Amino acid sequence: MLSQLGDDAKLLAGGQSLIPLMKLRFANPSHLVDLNFVPDAAYIKEEGGAVHFGALTRHAEIENATIGARVPILHDCAAGIADVQIRNRGTIGGSLAEADPSGDWAAVLLTQKTEVHCLSPRGERTVPLADFISDAYTTVLEHDELVREVVVKSPDKGSGGAYLAFKRSAPVYPTASAAVQLGMEGDTCKDATIILGCVGLVPVKATAAEGVLRGSKIDDKSVSTAMEAVRAAVEPQSDMRGSAEYKRTLAAVLVKRAIAVAVRRARGERVEVSHIYA
Amino acid sequence: MPDTVDKVAIQLKVNGKPYSASVEPRLLLVELLREEFNLTGTHVGCDTTYCGACTVLMNGVTVKSCTMFAVQADGAELLTVEGLEKDGALHPIQKAFGDSYGLQCGYCTPGLMLSTYQLVNENHEPSETEIRKAIAGNTCRCTGYQNIFKAIRLAGQNMRGA
Repeated sequence: MLSQLGDDAKLLAGGQSLIPLMKLRFANPSHLVDLNFVPDAAYIKEEGGAVHFGALTRHAEIENATIGARVPILHDCAAGIADVQIRNRGTIGGSLAEADPSGDWAAVLLTQKTEVHCLSPRGERTVPLADFISDAYTTVLEHDELVREVVVKSPDKGSGGAYLAFKRSAPVYPTASAAVQLGMEGDTCKDATIILGCVGLVPVKATAAEGVLRGSKIDDKSVSTAMEAVRAAVEPQSDMRGSAEYKRTLAAVLVKRAIAVAVRRARGERVEVSHIYA
Repeated sequence: MPDTVDKVAIQLKVNGKPYSASVEPRLLLVELLREEFNLTGTHVGCDTTYCGACTVLMNGVTVKSCTMFAVQADGAELLTVEGLEKDGALHPIQKAFGDSYGLQCGYCTPGLMLSTYQLVNENHEPSETEIRKAIAGNTCRCTGYQNIFKAIRLAGQNMRGA
């Protein structure tokens, strides 16, 4: 259908970003193809050590799903996106396909082994999430291709993750966000993934900070060294949400807090966190 | 943008009553409710998906009706503020907002009452944190929210008795 309608046609999933963008005339598609009437496109299934999300699964469905107890970082994200009304409409597939630099899901799912299953008239292909987002608001999706399913491999035992986002009020995009996944053996960190949202054109992987933690004990010293590495890794822009310097500090502090939660979760503790706002 | 747009026939239920309309696909749901169905209790505040004055229930969950197209509600069941009262008697949520002085200018109130509806339907005794989270998508510029919290707690009690 998209190939018939031409380049100006766009897919409409939850519409919680696209419709506001159209009202502002930032987006002006000639045609919209509403996916919301596609049957069986919203589901959460656990199969083969992975969680499968239908592209049209709403944030609220993920917030209320039992998977949140086992993979709490998914709940951290789903339960804090915007507000209740937007979570009732917005979808995980739409969020990834929009690739907004301030979106929540991309940062979170980049800390997990995540694959995006894309469907087009040529068939289905599987793209690792790290390769899926190529630039701000840009993915590798072809014009006539859509996201069918998002597959997230369950983290190993002894691994803990957390996502924290800071925003000025509920319905707005975060000022900065941090997703952390730590594989722990006792006090020692065996593996670390740290992704920052809202502080670059795409989610920023803090490779140096991960290297600081990997193989180290998680203590004040290693965490503050990692925070310095985060400050150096991010590329925030000054805007109405805050100055670049403020966002660097915010990103580093969010990483520190997320590490603390991830460590406790790796031990099996139940800790509830989500977006922080006034 | 095409010069002429074919209208689309839709059918939906609003407050238990069947409605049908023939609408341009670009028409927003809130415009359908206000301008075609004359249900002007649902308000347009910011028109940018922020303020929640346009909140209605669609198939049991809250949505911002300024951020949906009317054609997307084809086949849906909606509840708007006009559907809360029954046979001239105020709904327990409406009564709670009145009794608690949970409104001043009243512009945000229809949206807040529908967000309250989704919350207290499932949970008659919401904690302060749960209330804050439930109405985070509804902006009130008058009250400072304290009396709205009171109203929502009272609404829960009223619903338990109902």
